[in-house]
Amino acid sequence: MEDSASVAISLRDVRFSYRTSKPILDVPSLEVPAGHRVFLHGPSGSGKTTLLSLISGVLAPQKGSVFVLGHELTELTASARDTLRGSKIGYIFQGFNLIPYLTVAENIGLPCELHAPRRRRITAGSIAEEVKRLATRLDIHTHLSSPVTQLSTGQQQRVAIARAIIGSPSLVVADEPTSSLDTDRRDAFLSLLTEITEETHATLLFVSHDVTLAPHFDTLLSLRGINKLAEGETA
Amino acid sequence: MTLLRLALKSLRARALVTSLTIFSIMLSIMLLVGVDRLRGAAQQGFAGTLSHTDLIVGARGGDLPLLLSSVFHIGYATNSVSWETYQHFSHHPAVKWTIPISMGDSHRGYRVVATDQNFYDHYQYRGDHHLSFKEGRAPSGLFDVALGAEVASRFHYTLGHKLILSHGIQERSILKHDRSPFTVTGILARTATPVDRALYITLLGDEAMHFDWTDGTPPAIGEPMRPLDPSKLKVDEITSFLLAAKSRVSTLYLQREINTYKPEPLTAIIPGLTLQQLWQLLDYADAALSIVSVAVLVVGLIAMLIALYTALNERRREIAILRAVGVHIRQIFLLFLLESTLIATIGTVLGIAAVYGLLFLLRPYIENHYGLPIALVGLSSRVEIYAVCTILGAALLGAIPAFRAYRNSLVDGLNA
Repeated sequence: MEDSASVAISLRDVRFSYRTSKPILDVPSLEVPAGHRVFLHGPSGSGKTTLLSLISGVLAPQKGSVFVLGHELTELTASARDTLRGSKIGYIFQGFNLIPYLTVAENIGLPCELHAPRRRRITAGSIAEEVKRLATRLDIHTHLSSPVTQLSTGQQQRVAIARAIIGSPSLVVADEPTSSLDTDRRDAFLSLLTEITEETHATLLFVSHDVTLAPHFDTLLSLRGINKLAEGETA
Repeated sequence: MTLLRLALKSLRARALVTSLTIFSIMLSIMLLVGVDRLRGAAQQGFAGTLSHTDLIVGARGGDLPLLLSSVFHIGYATNSVSWETYQHFSHHPAVKWTIPISMGDSHRGYRVVATDQNFYDHYQYRGDHHLSFKEGRAPSGLFDVALGAEVASRFHYTLGHKLILSHGIQERSILKHDRSPFTVTGILARTATPVDRALYITLLGDEAMHFDWTDGTPPAIGEPMRPLDPSKLKVDEITSFLLAAKSRVSTLYLQREINTYKPEPLTAIIPGLTLQQLWQLLDYADAALSIVSVAVLVVGLIAMLIALYTALNERRREIAILRAVGVHIRQIFLLFLLESTLIATIGTVLGIAAVYGLLFLLRPYIENHYGLPIALVGLSSRVEIYAVCTILGAALLGAIPAFRAYRNSLVDGLNA
């Protein structure tokens, strides 16, 4: 983890395919410096979700090295990668980010319930207090005990931020989190996300097909440049 | 622990499907356990038809016919036992008491049993229950009759009612003892045993009814009839008798002695053993019921499988989220397995509780009307086996959607 002071994510000669006949990814090199907010531009079909699955350790590449937050993922077992993801990575999906049968508070607190390291990093006295603090920060504190189905899409995505950020993970990965939001809310969401990752000094890897969002970020990367096998329309 | 909470909350979120599934398993378990409990009660009740009687003695013949005719009033004995023989054994030093039984007449389809005071004093059923009179007293006069509870309630007979008994045991007998009507002097309390379904007269009453008969037929029409002379009445023979030995040990010696009794060919049976033989004959019905209830349980479990399986597709997203927050893929499997196991466990517990609750509530009614002694003796080992099998079966079936979820998750990763 101390190493990751310089680099959060580093991929070398990574090849991945679901079926041997059709390789999806061929990434000679990808580096994300720690603490940076990186916009990764990728049109649909460019293999971005697959790339994020490799980085978060859900998938393992057939070839190459995936170095994330000080760990060489290819040398870890699947469950060690799961634990690493749970304790050090916050993940935000495109939409429907929440477990439908849990309340807002339970959704936010879930990573801390599951992972002791993440629980230990919270500054508040208890998970509940931390959830409350974050919810207030994100203006969803009035909905904490509601079922998630009663929230608007914008509120749901803010709950997703809270869950991704709770327990200060070193890396926050967001996979098209704004595609379900309209333009106004999109900007509000982005400022909130960048602000809050800044507060916890987390590295932010933000993936989207919408290049107009790029000005919010430090670094702009393009999947077409990274993945030799990327297809899809040009940006 | 977190997994268990997740499983519970997930089940609660699908409250309707979950409760219907639990309900179907609960009903299956109720049927299975209910059949088992009632079967146990029926067996006990059956075995308790007669108690504290060590031997039933009749003319040489089969064990079952003797039991059926003397206790259940089904069929009839082909031969009789002479009064001398009966006297011999009733005064036997190893014998505590005897109850003579003489049958051959009926009243509107119900057997008439001629016996003596010993019957009211010593006949016992279901452990230590003695016969008692709801109204009136035991017959003592020649033309006195006591009624079993069912006979009295079915025909609305009351004390003092005069009855005509019929010769033979057919419902529509052509020979009626209309010369000698009997008066109801007593009505027995309900026992929920075959005792309720008979009428009781004295041994001499039986003789008086057949006074002047020769070879089982009354005096022909026109033939002069002698007036009844009670002093000339005597008992020549009886159908069978019940016997209690002074000690359990002497029962076997007595049985042997009776079976090898030289002056007259006799059969002595131990009622408990023969009742058990009879029960085994009836056991087919029980097996059939058990098979049906197991089939119902299987249907209930399959309903659960369907409910869990059809929910899989809409839960892909949820699984991806769980994976994203670091839930191991084997924990996804476990989560689904937990859900099916929880459903089955809750259903099983509720089902067993409901059966015992119902039995507890209906206990007085069932015991009085059907004579089934429902002992609430906790869980029988059979019920425990059913419960464990149901839960294991549910876990086994639950492994199918669980494995499917596991596979889905492997394929989907975070992409759902």
